[in-house]
Amino acid sequence: MSPNSPKKEYTRKDFASDQEVRWCPGCGDYAILAAVQRTLPSLGSTPENTVFISGIGCSSRFPYYMNTYGFHTIHGRAPAIATGVKLANPKLDVWVITGDGDGLSIGGNHLLHVLRRNIDLQIMLFNNQIYGLTKGQYSPTSQVGKVTPSSPLGSIDQPVVPARFALGARATFVARAFDTSKKLPEALSAAREHKGASFIEILQNCPVFNDGVFDLITDRKTGPAYQLWLEHGQPMKFGANGEKGLRLKAETLSLEVVTIGEDGITEADIVVHDESNASLAWMLSDLPEVVALGVLYRQPGPVYNQSVEVQRELAEERFGEPDLHALLRQGHTWTVS
Amino acid sequence: METSAAARVEPSTRETLDSVVIRFAGDSGDGMQLTGSQFTTATADAGNDLSTFPDFPAEIRAPAGTTYGVSGFQIHFAAHDIQTPGDAPDVLVAMNPAALKVNGEVLKPGGLLVVNTGAFSSNNLKKAGYENSPLEDGTLDRFRVLAIDVTKLTLEAVKDVGLGSKDAHRCKNMWTLGLMYWLFGREREQTISWLKGKFAKRPKLAEANIAALNAGHIYGENAELPHGINAYQVPAANLAPGEYRNISGNEATAWGLVTGAKLAGLQVMYGSYPITPASNLLHNLARLKHFGVTTFQAEDEIAAVAAAVGASFGGSIGVTGTSGPGVALKSEAIGLAIMAELPLVIVNVQRGGPSTGLPTKTEQSDLFQAVWGRNGDAPLVVLAAATPGDCYYMAIEAIRLAVTYMTPVILLSDGYLANSAEPWPLPDLDALRPFPVEFHQDPEDFHPFARNEETLARIWAVPGTPGLEHRIGGLEKDRDTGHISYDPHNHHLMTCVRHDKIAGIARDIAPAEVDQGDDHGDLLVVGWGSTYGSISQAVRVLREQGQQVSHLHLRNIWPLPEGLGNLLDSFHTVLVPELNNGQLVKLLRAEYPVDAVSLPRVTGLPFHIGGLIQAMEERLQGSAI
Repeated sequence: MSPNSPKKEYTRKDFASDQEVRWCPGCGDYAILAAVQRTLPSLGSTPENTVFISGIGCSSRFPYYMNTYGFHTIHGRAPAIATGVKLANPKLDVWVITGDGDGLSIGGNHLLHVLRRNIDLQIMLFNNQIYGLTKGQYSPTSQVGKVTPSSPLGSIDQPVVPARFALGARATFVARAFDTSKKLPEALSAAREHKGASFIEILQNCPVFNDGVFDLITDRKTGPAYQLWLEHGQPMKFGANGEKGLRLKAETLSLEVVTIGEDGITEADIVVHDESNASLAWMLSDLPEVVALGVLYRQPGPVYNQSVEVQRELAEERFGEPDLHALLRQGHTWTVS
Repeated sequence: METSAAARVEPSTRETLDSVVIRFAGDSGDGMQLTGSQFTTATADAGNDLSTFPDFPAEIRAPAGTTYGVSGFQIHFAAHDIQTPGDAPDVLVAMNPAALKVNGEVLKPGGLLVVNTGAFSSNNLKKAGYENSPLEDGTLDRFRVLAIDVTKLTLEAVKDVGLGSKDAHRCKNMWTLGLMYWLFGREREQTISWLKGKFAKRPKLAEANIAALNAGHIYGENAELPHGINAYQVPAANLAPGEYRNISGNEATAWGLVTGAKLAGLQVMYGSYPITPASNLLHNLARLKHFGVTTFQAEDEIAAVAAAVGASFGGSIGVTGTSGPGVALKSEAIGLAIMAELPLVIVNVQRGGPSTGLPTKTEQSDLFQAVWGRNGDAPLVVLAAATPGDCYYMAIEAIRLAVTYMTPVILLSDGYLANSAEPWPLPDLDALRPFPVEFHQDPEDFHPFARNEETLARIWAVPGTPGLEHRIGGLEKDRDTGHISYDPHNHHLMTCVRHDKIAGIARDIAPAEVDQGDDHGDLLVVGWGSTYGSISQAVRVLREQGQQVSHLHLRNIWPLPEGLGNLLDSFHTVLVPELNNGQLVKLLRAEYPVDAVSLPRVTGLPFHIGGLIQAMEERLQGSAI
C-alpha cells in the first residue's frame, strides 16, 4: 500500500445498493443478502471488481441489491454468462446467484459444464425446494409427494441432490449452509478463497410457498440434532453436546449415525473429515438422519480461465506479434500486374 | 521418372477456350475436395479468374460406392471476370459409377467425361444402381469419353514406393489431377511442394502421391487421345492489378472479425458450438489466440451466445457463430442483448432448413428469423455478405455497428459462401477506418442507460471501473434512470427508443444504389447474400443483349438503406430471386408500396444463371406487353 493511495476500508454499507429490497417478508434471501454484504468487505473485495450474475427466479433478483456490478440475465444461463465475463476479464471476482429451478432444472446443463471446467467463480444455489416466482410449483429438489398447484396429488419426480450433482460434475469445491446460519459467512469465505468453481448450496426458507421445509434442521431447538458442521481433520460429531457422530460401516461402505458412549462406541470410532476425499464427500452429501454442512469437498484442480491464459501466452510465444498483414497472406498468394 | 517429368512434352497445339467448368466427383473418401482445391490453386497461378463450389454429403464416410456418398467439387475458370462456379460442367471427372450416376445428367451434351474404368466393377455398378455398364450400353454416346483405368495406372506408378494397398489406392486422385493439369496446361510445382509439406512426417506417402501426379501428367503427354479430345488452354483473365489470394467465406469472416476487433481496440470472445457449415469459423479463430481472440467451445448453442453476451458485458466484443437451428436456440439470449443494449455479433452460416433440413446444402431461408425471430418488439441489425471475400468486410461492419450502437448484429452468410473460394484482392489495411471504443469512465451523473442523443446508443461502462457499479438485465428499465420500471408509458417509450436506434442506423450506411444498369427502367432485380454472383452474371448477359435490366444487391437487410423505396418505384417490374420460398420479397412489400415479384428456388443449390436469365426474360416480355 503506497501512502499516496490509501486503500479504502469498505463496510457492509458500501456493498448495499440504493434499491428497495422486494423479497417477501420473512424470505430467507434477506439473511443471505446480509451475510454476503457482511462478508465481502472482510475478504478485501471492492465493489468495482465484484460482479454478481444471476438467472431468473426469486434468488436472481439478488444483484439489484448489491452495490457492485451485476447482470440479471435469463433463465438458467447465468453460469454461461458468468463464464463469458470471467473470460473477458479474469481479474474480476465473479459470483453466480441461482436457485434450485434456475440452476438444476432449466440451467442444469450449464451448471454441469461450468463446474467440470472449473472456471474461477463462486456459485451460490439458493435451494428452497419450490418454484417461488411462478407461484409455488414443485421444483427439481422438491420431495416426492409434495402437493403443489401443478402436483395436486403430490409430486412424482425424484428429487436431485444438489451436492451430488456438483460432485458428479467433478466440482472442486462443494459446500452447504443455510440462510440464517451464523456459519454462512465462513462458507462464503472458503468458497471465495478457492481457485476454481466453488459450489455452495444454501438451504433457504420460502415463507409463502414452502414454509418450514427445513425447520427441523434450522430451528434452534431441533437444529443441533440435525446439523453436522464439518471441519477438516476433525471427527464428524454433532448433537447438542457433540454426543453423536458418524461411523464407517465397512460392510455396506456407508456412514451411520452412532452415539458416543453407547454400545462401546468411543470417539476413536468417529470418522475424521477429509475435504479432499471425494468418496467421503459423496456419502456426506446425502446422509440419513442428519445434514452435513460446511465444506464437504475441496480439492483444487486446473482452473479453466488460467489455462486459457496459458494457451494465449503459448500462442504468443509460438506465433509472435500478431500481424494482420501476414495473416491475410498466409498460404498461397499471387500478384497480377 | 524425374527426367521425363522435367522435360515437358507440350502438345503441338492447345485449343483455346474462354471459360471451362470442371466437376470432380468421387466417393467422399476419394479426396475430391483436396483435388479440387489443388486444381484451384494451380488455376489461380495461371492467372484465370475462378469460382469454386464444393458439394459434399452430410455423411462423413458414407459406404463406399454409394450414390449418397458422392462428393463433388466444381470449379469455373475463365479468361474474363466471372462470379459463379458455373451452371452445367463442361468436364466431369467421375472416379466411380456412383459419381457418374449422380453427375452424369448435368454434364453438357458433348462435354468431356473422364472416367476411372478401374472402379466400374459389377459390384460398384450395382451399388450405383446401374443394371448394365454405362461404358458399354451407349448411354454415354452424347459425351466425349476418356475412359482410363486410373486405378491400375496409379498402382503401377506407385508400386516401387512400397505402400500398403489402401494407401496406394488413395493416390488415384493425384494421378487424375496430374492428367487434368496436363489437359489444361497447369503447373505441378505448387502441388508437389504442398504434398511434401503435408506428408513431411510420412515421406513415402509424399513420394507416392508425387509419383502418381507425375504419372497422370505423363499419361496425357504420351497417350493418343481419342478423336475430339484436345489439350486446352484458357488465357489469363484481365484481373485488376494487385496481390491476390483464394479465400472462402468462413476464412474471410474469421479474419474480418479479427480485423474489426482490432479497429475497435477490443479483444474477441468467440463462443460457439460446432454446427455445419459454421464449424470452421471456430477452427479458424481458435488458431488466432495471439490476436487477442478467446474461443470458447460451449456445451450448447445457448451457452455459446450467453458467454458472448457475458464477454460483451465484461468489455470484449462477444461473437457467436452458428447456423439456423443454432440461432433458434440463441434467440432468447439475443433478446437479452437487445434489452441490455450490449454489442454482440451473431454469424449465421445458413443451411437448408427447416429443422435439421439439409445441413451441408446452401439456402437463404433464415432472413425472417434474423429480422423478426424473437419474442417482443426486438429490433437488431441484419447484414448479408454477397461473396466469399465480402464476408471479410461485412464482419468488420458487423463489429462497427455493434459497438457504435450497442446492439446485436446478425451477419448472414451461407453454406455456399462459407465453402466456396474466389480470387480475392487483398485489402489495404491502412485504408480501413478505425472505430476505437471508449468505455465510459466518468461517475458524474452516471447511469448505465444514459444515451448519445444522436445515435441513441447507451454508454458502455465495464466492470472494474470504480464508481460506475451498476446492474443491468432483461427487465424493462426507466428511460431516465436505468432502474427497473413497469410503468406502461415508459415501456412504450423504451420500445420506441430501441426501434429508433436501429432505424437510425440507415443514416450511417451507404444509401441504396444499383450495382449494374440504370437507376430506372423496365426491370430491377433485387438480390441479397450469396446470389450476388449468379444475378450479376445473368443481368450482364441480358444487358449485353440490350435489355433494360438493372441489379440492386442488398447487404443491409435491416435497417434497409435509404433511397431504396425511390429506386423500387423507378422500375416497371421488381423481381426478387432468393434461395428460399420468398422472404426478402415479403419484407420489401411490407416496407414499401411495391408489387415485387418473387423468384424462389429451394433446392439446396445456388441459382443457375440460365434459369435466372429465362425468368428475367419472361418478366421483360411481360412488362413489354
